[in-house]
Amino acid sequence: MKQKIAKALLLFPAVVLFSFFMTGCKSKVKDADVETSVNSELRNNPEFSAVTVSVKDGVATLSGEVKDEATKSAAASEAKSVKGVSSVNNNISIATVSTAPSVEITADDPLTALAKDAVKDNPGVVATVNDGVVTLTGEINKADLPKLMQKINALKPRKIENKLVIK
Amino acid sequence: MALQDKYKTLIDTAKSAGVSNLQVREQNGVLYIDGDAPSGRVKDQLWDSYGKIDPDFRGGDLVLNVDAKAEAGTKVKVVTKSSNLNIRKGPGTDQPIVGKAAHDEIITLVSKSNDQWWLVRTPDGEEGYSYAQYLEPVN
Repeated sequence: MKQKIAKALLLFPAVVLFSFFMTGCKSKVKDADVETSVNSELRNNPEFSAVTVSVKDGVATLSGEVKDEATKSAAASEAKSVKGVSSVNNNISIATVSTAPSVEITADDPLTALAKDAVKDNPGVVATVNDGVVTLTGEINKADLPKLMQKINALKPRKIENKLVIK
Repeated sequence: MALQDKYKTLIDTAKSAGVSNLQVREQNGVLYIDGDAPSGRVKDQLWDSYGKIDPDFRGGDLVLNVDAKAEAGTKVKVVTKSSNLNIRKGPGTDQPIVGKAAHDEIITLVSKSNDQWWLVRTPDGEEGYSYAQYLEPVN
């Protein structure tokens, strides 16, 4: 009996060690597989094209760049849904917006003065300015309209509301 | 994109007519087309094109700022409808009138103090500021 217990006690650490190594090996293989699965899952969506993933002990770490916060969390939930991913470490950064320079709009005070100059030769026309929007009211001859519009368009307004009565 | 479709013929004209520094930008429902036209004739072409798409310019969805490029020191033509062009002491209609240039007269562009007011000199030596929209480069 005593011998049996001793044997069992001896065997126990061996089993523990064995299983430890086995799981160690197993999880290594598994991580690589999971990584492949996550990768192929992310490649389905072109928005994730700049996202890279590495998996360690079931934890998927995402890095790279996406266009916005929503895409970032979408990538994380996509990764989380892959079998074998226990949790996600989301290190994705948001791409800085690199669109064309925004349109330059003249401030209201100078714009009001400029609009006044522009309508000076059209006595029936009044130009009012509010938040960059030039509103034209009054009356104008059809023939004079293009020239007036050219003048107003050149002032860098946000928008032009033409409410003129065209005669 | 929809606005660029609406004004496609205008944008295409600007490209084919050699408008330099051409920028076509859409922001908050308004399309902004900026650039330097090689001549007054091209500017007129663009406005004709705009007028075909929106005859009364009521859309409120386009700001077309393409003026004929004129360099300081060159000659410009007075393109008022028929009247004389005022030459003023400073840049603004509140400034006193110091001279006049006749309709179709060729005068010298001395410098551009801003986009709207240019410093000009007549052949008689009168110098002052005139409204740039009534001046066109002479090619």
